[in-house]
Amino acid sequence: MVVEASISERVHQAVENALARFGAHDDELIPILTHVNHEIGYLPGQALEEIAHALKKPKSKVFTVASFYGMLSTIPVGKHVIRFCESAPCHVVGGRQVIVAIQQALKINIGQTTPDGQWTLLAVSCLGICAVGPAFIVDDDVYGNVTPEQVPAILKKYQG
Amino acid sequence: MKTTRSMVLVSGDPDSLAKGASEVFQAFELECARLGLQDEIKVSWLSDAGRHDALPMAIIYPEAIIYGPLTAKDVKTIAEEHLYKGRIVENLVASSHELSGRIAWLVARKGTLPAEKRIVLERAGIINPEDIHDYILHDGYSALGKALTSMQPADVINEIDTSGLKGRGGAGFPTGQKWRFVSKTTSQKKYVICNADESEPGTFKDRLVLEGDPHCIIEAMTIAGYAVGADEGYIYIRGEYALAQERLHKAIDQARELGLLGQNIFSTGFNFDIHVHSGAGAYICGEETALIESIEGKRGEPRSRPPYPTTNGLWNKPTLVNNVETLANVPAIINRGSTWYRSIGTPKSPGTKVYTIMGNVNVTGLIEVPMGITLREVISIYARGMKNGHTFKLAQTGGSSGSIIPASLQDTPMDFESFGKAGVALGSGALLVCDEDTCVVDLCKVLVNFFKNESCGKCNPCRIGNDRAFQILTKISEGVGTMQDLADLEHIEKYLYQMSNCGLGQTAGTPIRDTLAHFRAEVEAHIKLKVCPTGVCPMSGRKTK
Repeated sequence: MVVEASISERVHQAVENALARFGAHDDELIPILTHVNHEIGYLPGQALEEIAHALKKPKSKVFTVASFYGMLSTIPVGKHVIRFCESAPCHVVGGRQVIVAIQQALKINIGQTTPDGQWTLLAVSCLGICAVGPAFIVDDDVYGNVTPEQVPAILKKYQG
Repeated sequence: MKTTRSMVLVSGDPDSLAKGASEVFQAFELECARLGLQDEIKVSWLSDAGRHDALPMAIIYPEAIIYGPLTAKDVKTIAEEHLYKGRIVENLVASSHELSGRIAWLVARKGTLPAEKRIVLERAGIINPEDIHDYILHDGYSALGKALTSMQPADVINEIDTSGLKGRGGAGFPTGQKWRFVSKTTSQKKYVICNADESEPGTFKDRLVLEGDPHCIIEAMTIAGYAVGADEGYIYIRGEYALAQERLHKAIDQARELGLLGQNIFSTGFNFDIHVHSGAGAYICGEETALIESIEGKRGEPRSRPPYPTTNGLWNKPTLVNNVETLANVPAIINRGSTWYRSIGTPKSPGTKVYTIMGNVNVTGLIEVPMGITLREVISIYARGMKNGHTFKLAQTGGSSGSIIPASLQDTPMDFESFGKAGVALGSGALLVCDEDTCVVDLCKVLVNFFKNESCGKCNPCRIGNDRAFQILTKISEGVGTMQDLADLEHIEKYLYQMSNCGLGQTAGTPIRDTLAHFRAEVEAHIKLKVCPTGVCPMSGRKTK
């Protein structure tokens, strides 16, 4: 039987792995943060502290970078994260209706997490797949040419 | 050396995968192995098939035959007939008449469209991007060889300079001149950076180059390094481009293995190596000084200029920063010469431009055409007209910071000079075409929202101005805006341009300025008549009052 490691141990392990992979250098700060963010889902205070310690930087310097970039999060997110493109190319070909459909299906607004912790809905700038708009990403999966009618079926894949 | 006789590209976009593209891909591999063709035929994924009416589909090169929609069962016939016996399976060929999809670049490749000219995308989609040998078979690394063994660094710069190549990232600065600035500095350590932080909404041309022809960028950067005297390069690529990153890493490893990167390249004593640095989601990092800050592990906030990166760039050393599309032109210019390059495009803007076509048109996608084509030609020839017989209202060029082009400018040649004279910007080559159902207030609101979110927050005019402009536009879209709001909006637009620190803030007001210049009556209708002529805006404030 596998006993799940405590969250603090998992965070510590993720930081150690990132430091081992990229090395404790200033110019590797963003790759390190990205790695930990990917492993844990967000960047807990403990991770920022450990990274700051390893890079011999004040914690504020690490936090200011962590809070700047759109793909990093300093607050916990749901089990699945939807990143919806709200830029003009997706907007004019029907993105407006798709985001409404997602909000209705999940009963949350942009920037919120469902009470059961399953979903976080984020609106992001261009995803770079503009020829197949409206587009959004669920975790690492890309969906393009989405219509409002397809939304429930897409979300269903991630439930249970 | 093992040569590939034929290539099978299976569409791997999300739609195709949902419809069983993986099974089709597997079936092709199994069939090739069964028929003993695995050494002659390469099965590979195609990230964006270019059309979506016949998915999943497979394109077989060199014939450029498109099969689709396919199931795993169809593959046996195609393998036995087409791949083994060389006979096209007519009943499985995708209909060429159904143009509801995104076929622009596929049709263009088959030579049926006028004026298409490929330099930047010459090899993308034709070679296997994960095999350096395939690139070499298509003249790859020959420009690097020529530059290193038969040209002095100054000759290389002269060649680029006389070719008239201008930066394709949006600003259009002469590339040769930039190279000369860096080469003239006396520092022992210099850097070459490839700006692949393509985040301008509607622009995905660089992704196609990086995914389809990664070695081309490595070769170009190495040539640039030789020309300006740098021995280290960085590719700063946006975090969202996972496949492009993977292919770049692979390409760099292969180039190192063959000695085309690293120490003593072509036994000339020239050393050069490249690192890939991933962004983490920040539009502003496309600005060259913000990009440099980001590589150094800091917030992506632009520096004050001057000094420019050409003298004080990465780690305060002279640094050359070029866009992906700009670099992709370099090997061709070195191989074929500046006279050849100047014969394409217009005298003041030589070469080609890659455009991404999106919005309410029949065919969306990507084309590479000589500079100077008009918007009307792009829409009628390549995009096959407006969708559902609708009418053209406006086009937005160059992403969020680009210009809004009204119908009256449809026949202006799209090159740096003609557009400059007309007071509009060519930008990064994104063409978002909108029909009469598009509300300009709504569009402007979306564009300003983008800048509001992507402003780095360093300087006040940009941070506060965009936020305030968004509030006013929201008010107008709700039917509760006043004429004073409109006057405020015009002030904000001016201050953004005059007082912002970097290009983001300076261009953030462009959508507002263009909207008011060309569609003022429609905006005023929202305020004075309290109606949205297209019925897009909620006008909800009015109802509750």
